[in-house]
Amino acid sequence: MAAAAPAPTTASPPTSGGEARRRRPRKVSDLSKLKARDKIVVGLFLGVPLLFVLTLVVFPAIASVILSFTSWNGIGGLATIEWIGTKNYSDIFTIYPPFWPAVQNNLLMLVFLFTIPTVLGVYLAVLLDKELRFTWFYQTAFFMPVVLSLALVGFIWQLIYSRDQGLINGLLGTTIDWYGDPKVNFWAVLVATGWRHTGYIMLIYLAGLKGVDPALREAALVDGCTERQTFFKVVLPVMRPINIIVLVITVIESLRAFDIVWVINKGRNGLELIAALVTQNVVGEASRIGFGSALATIMLIISTVFVIIYLRAVMRDEPGGAR
Amino acid sequence: MSTTQAAAAVASTRRPQPRTAAVGQRKHRPWLTYTLLTFLAIAWLFPLVYAVMQSFRDYAYTSKFGYVSLGGWTLDNYTEAWDRGNFARGFVNSMIITVPAVLLSLFLASCFAFVLSRYSFKLNLTLLALFTAANLLPPQALLVPVFRMYLALPVPEWLSPTGNLLNTHLGLILVNVAFQTGFCTFVLSNYMKTLPREMYEAAEVDGAGTARQFFQLTLPLVRPALAALAVLEVTWIYNEFFWATVLLQDGTKFPITSSINNLRGQFFTDINLVAAGSVIIAIPTLIVFFVLRKQFVSGLTLGSTKG
Repeated sequence: MAAAAPAPTTASPPTSGGEARRRRPRKVSDLSKLKARDKIVVGLFLGVPLLFVLTLVVFPAIASVILSFTSWNGIGGLATIEWIGTKNYSDIFTIYPPFWPAVQNNLLMLVFLFTIPTVLGVYLAVLLDKELRFTWFYQTAFFMPVVLSLALVGFIWQLIYSRDQGLINGLLGTTIDWYGDPKVNFWAVLVATGWRHTGYIMLIYLAGLKGVDPALREAALVDGCTERQTFFKVVLPVMRPINIIVLVITVIESLRAFDIVWVINKGRNGLELIAALVTQNVVGEASRIGFGSALATIMLIISTVFVIIYLRAVMRDEPGGAR
Repeated sequence: MSTTQAAAAVASTRRPQPRTAAVGQRKHRPWLTYTLLTFLAIAWLFPLVYAVMQSFRDYAYTSKFGYVSLGGWTLDNYTEAWDRGNFARGFVNSMIITVPAVLLSLFLASCFAFVLSRYSFKLNLTLLALFTAANLLPPQALLVPVFRMYLALPVPEWLSPTGNLLNTHLGLILVNVAFQTGFCTFVLSNYMKTLPREMYEAAEVDGAGTARQFFQLTLPLVRPALAALAVLEVTWIYNEFFWATVLLQDGTKFPITSSINNLRGQFFTDINLVAAGSVIIAIPTLIVFFVLRKQFVSGLTLGSTKG
């Protein structure tokens, strides 16, 4: 499963300590005042990790965008590349049959993850934030699927979805191929994905709730707010940074969903997803580099928008890096 | 503290009012919460418990009586799945990839985060943003250039018989490091910013250079953060599916997670084998989760607590 995002705690109202810290003169060291030997060390400390990220993330991202305006089958050197303008994009939008089903599936996953697993995860976090007995058991139950890869989740749910040996058909006496029938298989995937997503959101939100000043909530309850009002009018607004992070995680997870459909049928026959289409075009027999890159660029643009929203949320109170 | 006491005092004077009576009433109905939570928790545990249960059942028995039954207990599925799925090799491959990738990510991220949190310079925040963003991009969007670069990069024969980085564990380690360093940097730099600056000043007075400050002061102090991140990263890289699937071609090189691709084809006629295979694959991460749960959770939430 792809990497996750960190979960900052909520913005608590600025404490006097925090303000004092900010007013203190910046004692951070200036790079230019270092000795020559230390400059080499700093250069290596920055340079080597940067080299990794630049060559394997930043450069490929840029190259994907450039390649998307070309036609290249990957055979022959870079000299055989032909510039074809935006033809790849117009082809994708008009004559590439799996594209719109994939977009539809990605959107469906987004809407689904939002309306059920995300909301449920937040709700569970609110319930578990109270002093409850057996809270360890509950948290374990919801969180366990999160440590499994989505590929494994797809594999495990086969026990439930299999046509001939699955639990659902065994219970209902039906003969539906839950992973194979294009009418139902994406819903089957959504349920399995949601099983994992719920616990993830619950954990992030629970961590956020622990950071909310309890006095805020007590004050609201004392002022006569019901518990529901307290949550919606007091806790939720204070949790704004966490809310943004949950939003971005959900968008990005639904955009780069790949493992589970690839394990089931390589993203075909009802299980089309943009990420799977990119992969099919690049590693399959028909290696259509330019075309695959155009699909990749579409993913890149959508994710960049949300990455920026995310960065603004997590770096909101960075006073220019080191304090 | 005074706010809480004041709130409590106000609460006691207001108790007779109808609005707070509602609060009191809700507190008498925790059974509703418990019922709901218990129901959902059982539903969430069910797929795993069901998998464990079926993994111990004989195929002949279940095909005769169906899966909605009990009985036919056996351990054979495990031995068969282990042999047919080539799990021994898969686990070795997973280790070969995960251990160096985690160590390298943590080390590089520590170095980078150290400079970011210790010194101020123009691009400081930009670099942190770049690294954090790098972790969030969909890997599929980078597939084409990475794939072509690996194909074009010559490496010595002894590393790869084909002479390039494709289909090598090294290539997979490098790409995992590039992706995970960003997340680790973000977490570690937040953690390092909480270290007292005076400590470095004292070290400088004593004549300690940058490298010594890093190895002798910073690294020992961020051990808790490193432990938490290590747990998280081991899980993530063990679970990594996409890059292993596209960059490796040779079936004998696949780590456990991407070997699921092949297992599905091999086991699909025998769901009991699927169950046993699932349990085998899940065991390492579940052990990590149960033994190092605190680190796992704090790793996810560390990025945040700035102080």
